[in-house]
Amino acid sequence: MNASLLSYSIWIPIVGGLLVLVVGDRRAALARWLALIVSLLAFAVTIPLYTGFDTHTAAMQFSERVAWIPSLNIYYHLGVDGISLWFVLLTSFLTVLVVISSWRNVQTRVAQFMAAFLIMEGMMIGVFCALDAILFYVFWEAMLIPMFLIIGVWGGPRRVYATIKFFLYTFLGSVLMLVALLYLYFHSSNSFDLLVYQHTPLGMTAQLLIFIAFFVAFAVKIPMWPVHTWLPDAHVEAPTAGSVVLAAIMLKMGAYGFLRLSLPIVPDASHKLAWLMILLSLIAIIYVALVAIVQEDMKKLVAYSSIAHMGFVTLGFFVFDSVAIEGSIIQMLSHGFISAAMFLCIGVLYDRMHTRNIKAYGGVANVMPIFAALMMLFAMGNVGLPGTSGFVGEFMVVLGTYQVNPWYAILAATGLITGASYTLWLFKRAIFGGIVHPEVAALKDLDAREMLVLGTLAAFTLLLGVWPAPFLDIVHTSVQHLVAQMAVSKIPA
Amino acid sequence: MNAFLLHWTFAIPEIWVLIMACVVLLADLYLGERLRDVAPVLTVLTLLGAAVLTFFEFGQSGTTFAGLLVMDPFTNVAELFSYLAVLMVVLYSRRYLLDRGIYRGEIYVLLLFALLGVMVMVSGANLLSIYLGLELLALSQYALVAFNRDSLVATEAGLKYFVLGALASGLLLYGMSLLYGLTGTLELRHIAAALVNVTSSNLILVFALVFIVAGIAFKLGAAPFHMWLPDVYQGAPTVVTTFLASAPKIGAFALIIRLLVDGGYGMLESWQQLFIALTLVSLVVGNLIAIAQQNLKRMLAYSTVGHVGFLSLGIVAGTEAGFASAFFYTIVYVLMSLAGFGMILLLSRAGFEAERIDDFKGLSQRKPWYAFLMLIIMFSMAGVPPTVGFYAKLAVFQAVIAAGYVWLAVIGVLMAVIGAFYYLRVVKVMYFDAPEPESGPIVRDDFASATLSINSLALLVLGIVPGPLMAFCFYAMQGVI
Repeated sequence: MNASLLSYSIWIPIVGGLLVLVVGDRRAALARWLALIVSLLAFAVTIPLYTGFDTHTAAMQFSERVAWIPSLNIYYHLGVDGISLWFVLLTSFLTVLVVISSWRNVQTRVAQFMAAFLIMEGMMIGVFCALDAILFYVFWEAMLIPMFLIIGVWGGPRRVYATIKFFLYTFLGSVLMLVALLYLYFHSSNSFDLLVYQHTPLGMTAQLLIFIAFFVAFAVKIPMWPVHTWLPDAHVEAPTAGSVVLAAIMLKMGAYGFLRLSLPIVPDASHKLAWLMILLSLIAIIYVALVAIVQEDMKKLVAYSSIAHMGFVTLGFFVFDSVAIEGSIIQMLSHGFISAAMFLCIGVLYDRMHTRNIKAYGGVANVMPIFAALMMLFAMGNVGLPGTSGFVGEFMVVLGTYQVNPWYAILAATGLITGASYTLWLFKRAIFGGIVHPEVAALKDLDAREMLVLGTLAAFTLLLGVWPAPFLDIVHTSVQHLVAQMAVSKIPA
Repeated sequence: MNAFLLHWTFAIPEIWVLIMACVVLLADLYLGERLRDVAPVLTVLTLLGAAVLTFFEFGQSGTTFAGLLVMDPFTNVAELFSYLAVLMVVLYSRRYLLDRGIYRGEIYVLLLFALLGVMVMVSGANLLSIYLGLELLALSQYALVAFNRDSLVATEAGLKYFVLGALASGLLLYGMSLLYGLTGTLELRHIAAALVNVTSSNLILVFALVFIVAGIAFKLGAAPFHMWLPDVYQGAPTVVTTFLASAPKIGAFALIIRLLVDGGYGMLESWQQLFIALTLVSLVVGNLIAIAQQNLKRMLAYSTVGHVGFLSLGIVAGTEAGFASAFFYTIVYVLMSLAGFGMILLLSRAGFEAERIDDFKGLSQRKPWYAFLMLIIMFSMAGVPPTVGFYAKLAVFQAVIAAGYVWLAVIGVLMAVIGAFYYLRVVKVMYFDAPEPESGPIVRDDFASATLSINSLALLVLGIVPGPLMAFCFYAMQGVI
């Protein structure tokens, strides 16, 4: 069982998704229940990954390696370490919540909707587990197809524009990565193994070119300024569940790519171009946060805030400090919970009012007190208030950055202030104050299903904020290993 | 037994197909209208029989008929795939032809003769036999394109194809004659040996190569020799278009392997340059012009030009792995276009061709299963994993990077992104647009529908386990250099 846990984590949702597809849209209730069972089962098989994880080693665990395409020397090679483990769990966990949260508010083509999410779950887990370059790329690209359909079929009015933009942006980003991976193949004595790439000596020019190819792929996905413009469009048009997966998991893949590919494979180029990455991260933290303040659309606001928060993540990577990198990973995890929760909260409002315009709200707290309380918690997490998960990650990143260069830390810290301003202002306008619109007065508070979803996320936000030790324990050894690895130049003497 | 007939058994599949083509012709002539179904059934049996005969010849190699024909792994594998391609066309064809009143036995006879032409090209080891195979294929194709003689567009397409095709054959023949003049032999292996003593700057040789490459490029549909392709693809009855995009491409690929690799590998550097140019122009022209198309058949025609550009990347690499990946790409392309045109066949009905992209509007609501299949086909053509189209591109990129042409691979991937746009547009109209009110019913056709399902799902299944097919193609190219 243990030996093929990762395969189960990947293939149970995919096969389950196909089954849901077979059930068909006409039997919507059955499709929903089957989807829930599959997602729970998929979550259940990822739990032993955590309980059986050895925190004392940076080596890959639960490895599987089978020849897949022998003609091209491609292997079906999977494994997790401290860096990827949390994202596997996050993905399987959030998919359960996504299925529950879409229970009522998706009424058209239900089976196709659920199937798309389940299949996508398997592919996303595949990205986090793949240790073969081509396998990684296959999952990375294949994931676009379900997301393309989710935005395009169940999205808002401008969904076609948004989804084609999303697809082409990310596709363009990733094809260059493919060229880089193929190039690496010939410099690592014909291997596609990502772990072998990590020990392949490379000259500076080659490293720089590979870094740039990777950078394009990952920067689009994260997204980093200035290639972030697809994200607000995609978020605004995507259905709630699509936004949740996009913000909570897909954005993390770009960051994960930096950790798994860029930093260990081309460390010298990473050092050399760190200034650029830090610059772009700071622009995301400061400028994009300012852009977020002026948004009228709640989803757009949270989308821009996501970009700003991912700025902290990339900043943490490129100061090459273990505290900062650990902070970045915690920040990714925390953002996975909080952004998911923020989008779900907006979804709750949207389901009732069918608008996301902040001006249409005001005084929601009067009629939806439980909702307001929960959203308050997530807003505080988004701000980075101590006691919530948002604080831990951002604090560690700033702390780590300060040791390297105080100026970076000071600039990054201003992001905490702007973050507070856009989040709290949104909250004040939408939730507090008196009731202006009669529609708001008629709102009903959360039902049990919504409470379950948001309550679970609230619990994790608090848990990670108050007691981050178990999360950090998993990450620690692998990050230490990564930092040690990066300190050694790979340029052949 | 005299030397001429030594190993004559190597030609058994060709002989079988020839005899059976005549049998189908006569049987159909005497059985007439009522028993028309005999012709396709016999054709299917012919193909299955040929597959069995070829299967028994696996592992043998050598030449026969005094070096006119050769048997090697490539011959066997390419012939098997050609049978498969023709088989799919036959399975798709019946209702479409019936609806248009052109369900006649001759079409199957012509398909078999065209197949025979492909087989001779694939197994040709002599300029003469290769040219004969090519002409047999081409003449059958001209007749097939104009098969619906009452259709103005089809007749025009047929004539256009004939004039341009004859020109291309002429170019190729002229190139061959120069090669013969230079080396004094028609047999490819002797040509290869004779070319060792010829410097690559020899003007006659350069002329010969240019003409031969131009002829091949025409048959393949590589830009700038692609101008016949959109008109012919659009004008021909869709069954014929389906065929044009299948087995003949394997034949055209065989021209490269036989003429340029078996015969002219010593001149690799000379013709490699030509192929780099062809690749670049095809990639750019095919993918950019396809964006502007409103007619799906034309779009697929330009996409063919783009695909030829991609497969030529493998040829440019000039290594065994490169040829193998180009062959793999060819096979995958054949499977994809069979499915793509098969879809058009299936959605068409009497008096209506589902050939505009708009005809696919809202297909996911009218017929979700077909929309899903078309989704797989389009993503496969775009080269998005987990479909087999991705591995085809992967293999050629890998080969071309191995040969040191990283910049070509970069251009290739960028063109793949542009290509993704117009394939996505088809997915877009199927899934995101509402059906047009005037779009009529989809005619039930269980037979073609099952064929299409298998064909399209194969693209997905081969995408998840591409290993065996790729290994098969690599086996075909073993020792080709």
